[in-house]
Amino acid sequence: MSQIFPKSANALARMGLVGAVGFVLCLGLVVFTLFRSTWATKQHEFVEQPIQFSHAHHVGGVGIDCRYCHTSVEKSAFAGIPPTQTCMNCHNQIWTNAPILEPVRASLRDDTNLHWTRVHDLPDFVYFSHQIHVKQGVGCATCHGPVDKMPLVYQAQSLLMEWCLDCHRAPEKYLRPREEVFNMAYEAPANQLELGRQLKAEYNVASVEHLTSCSVCHR
Amino acid sequence: MSASQYPQGDFRAPAPVIVPGHSHKSVTEKLSDMVLTHNTPLAWVITTAIGFCLLMLLIVSIAWLVLKGIGIWGNNAPVGWAFDIINFVWWIGIGHAGTLISAVLLLFKQDWRTSINRFAEAMTLFAVACAVIFPVFHTGRPWLAIYWLFPYPNTMGLWPNFRSPLLWDVFAVSTYGSVSAAFWFTGLIPDLATFRDRAVNPVAKRIYGMLSLGWRGSARHWWRYETAYLLLAGLSTPLVLSVHTVVSFDFAVAVLPGWHATIFPPYFVAGAIFAGFAMVLTLAIPLRELYKLHDFITMRHIENMAKITLVTGLVVVYGYTCEAFFGWYSGNEYERFMLKNRIYYGPYAWSYWALMLCNFIAPQILWSKKLRQNLKVVFTVCMFVNVGMWLERFVIIVTSLHRDFIPSSWDMYYPTFWDFATLAGTIGLFLTLMFLFVRVLPMISIFEMRTMLPESHAHAKAKSEEGAH
Repeated sequence: MSQIFPKSANALARMGLVGAVGFVLCLGLVVFTLFRSTWATKQHEFVEQPIQFSHAHHVGGVGIDCRYCHTSVEKSAFAGIPPTQTCMNCHNQIWTNAPILEPVRASLRDDTNLHWTRVHDLPDFVYFSHQIHVKQGVGCATCHGPVDKMPLVYQAQSLLMEWCLDCHRAPEKYLRPREEVFNMAYEAPANQLELGRQLKAEYNVASVEHLTSCSVCHR
Repeated sequence: MSASQYPQGDFRAPAPVIVPGHSHKSVTEKLSDMVLTHNTPLAWVITTAIGFCLLMLLIVSIAWLVLKGIGIWGNNAPVGWAFDIINFVWWIGIGHAGTLISAVLLLFKQDWRTSINRFAEAMTLFAVACAVIFPVFHTGRPWLAIYWLFPYPNTMGLWPNFRSPLLWDVFAVSTYGSVSAAFWFTGLIPDLATFRDRAVNPVAKRIYGMLSLGWRGSARHWWRYETAYLLLAGLSTPLVLSVHTVVSFDFAVAVLPGWHATIFPPYFVAGAIFAGFAMVLTLAIPLRELYKLHDFITMRHIENMAKITLVTGLVVVYGYTCEAFFGWYSGNEYERFMLKNRIYYGPYAWSYWALMLCNFIAPQILWSKKLRQNLKVVFTVCMFVNVGMWLERFVIIVTSLHRDFIPSSWDMYYPTFWDFATLAGTIGLFLTLMFLFVRVLPMISIFEMRTMLPESHAHAKAKSEEGAH
């Protein structure tokens, strides 16, 4: 009786075994990395806006404070997108005929909203408050990146829940003095952990148990 | 003690597990030719077609469920669990007899398990396959349930809550499914090698060749095989007890009167074996007729299975008695109300009395040896038990939920068409898988049957030669 399988089947069987184990491990690794990749989180991607608004120019160049436009950041959960009026405070005088600003003028003329595209878009089952973070010494740049250097805004951090929890479990890694919150050039000192612990106590930052309980964000 | 030690005709001598007159060759030919043939019995085609149609109904039901939501079922606010969980527990219970036959009876060296263990194990696997559909699809968001329940390092930084018996269910059922599959496949290897050697069709030869993993049947192979098989049996035994215990915790851990009872773990396991053996008999009796397996599945097998059904049935009845007794003995008004609601003035009292008829009264017929040997009677009793064990879960789940602590949250539960369609659909899935298995794999372990033959035993041979002198 002839053999059913040729001699090469031995090698194939062995490779198949190693391959199957390898495949499962690789698949796990790929999934693990893929869901955290900037491709999945859409980090560092410039997002097309109706107007080429440049934070790099207005903040980095002109030196406007964050709160001039995002007025409610210290008082409200939502930091606020400035209305057309805010733009027109200056642009009814300067660059009045610039074609790039036509949508802004149109918005004022027709009394319609400018349709900005949201870059940091959390799902609606997440309740995020800007006010509490600003008050407890979380700097703008910690979460939003170097906005003063962004010609167009991109998402600097992953916004994944594990990223939020990383700070809620150990806020001392990121806290800064309140007066430095809006300082885009602030750099963490060498003794950040020591300073962070001190600020945590001083600002009465809630306990980790509280900060990591569901109802803090998922109300 | 082996059978040969008894003189012929001694009333103590157990009937042989194979009708005398068989040889290695005849056993192998009979069992492998059922599969390696072009002749598919008409009954097989009809049953598989029915099963397949019901399977399509399952697919439609699940598709509609996912599209529309679980509101297509009759579940409501007090009765959040109904057909979905009843069917889940029912199927998981059915699976348990397979493991009991293959593992526990192996540990007890019961030679009669040999004729039935293979298809009992297949029954386990297919019952588990039917069962897992329910925990996944009874969730409102099955697309999340299928992976959020597993502990993996996710981007949410979240892990499942290990204090929930529903999570233990995930581990229990997935372990049970995989260990049963490993056990079943290990047992199949030597038989797949027989198929490989006997198949004529070159494609079949290759498929069985690949599945048998190069089994040559050397002494070393056999030694390792036996060791591995025994170890798997040893592992499956605590598994079979713990899996249904975990399933019972889904209820026993809750505070509900009618659920919060410490007797649930052993009583559920006994119920599982009861239901499982009834299902093995339900399958074995027709398969035996269809494939003319009277020489291998003898009346001794049927009788032994009927006896186990009777014994576990009595354990289950003990469970009902305890539940009733402790409901009264507790002095707790909610427990007492639960009992009265179940037994006489509740709207579901009919289900309790139907349960008593199916699980308590019907199996008592099996005390009679004469009736145990009547296939029609045994089959009918088993059908009663299959229905009865479904009703048991209905009684436990629905009657405890529909009237509990607060009268303002009392309601009725009425199943919808889709509840029935899903149940019928899983029966279709089970039948389809079972009949495909019967068609392509050996439904009785060929090599183990060969070891049952007298000629396999060196001492038996020596003895017969001695007798000849």
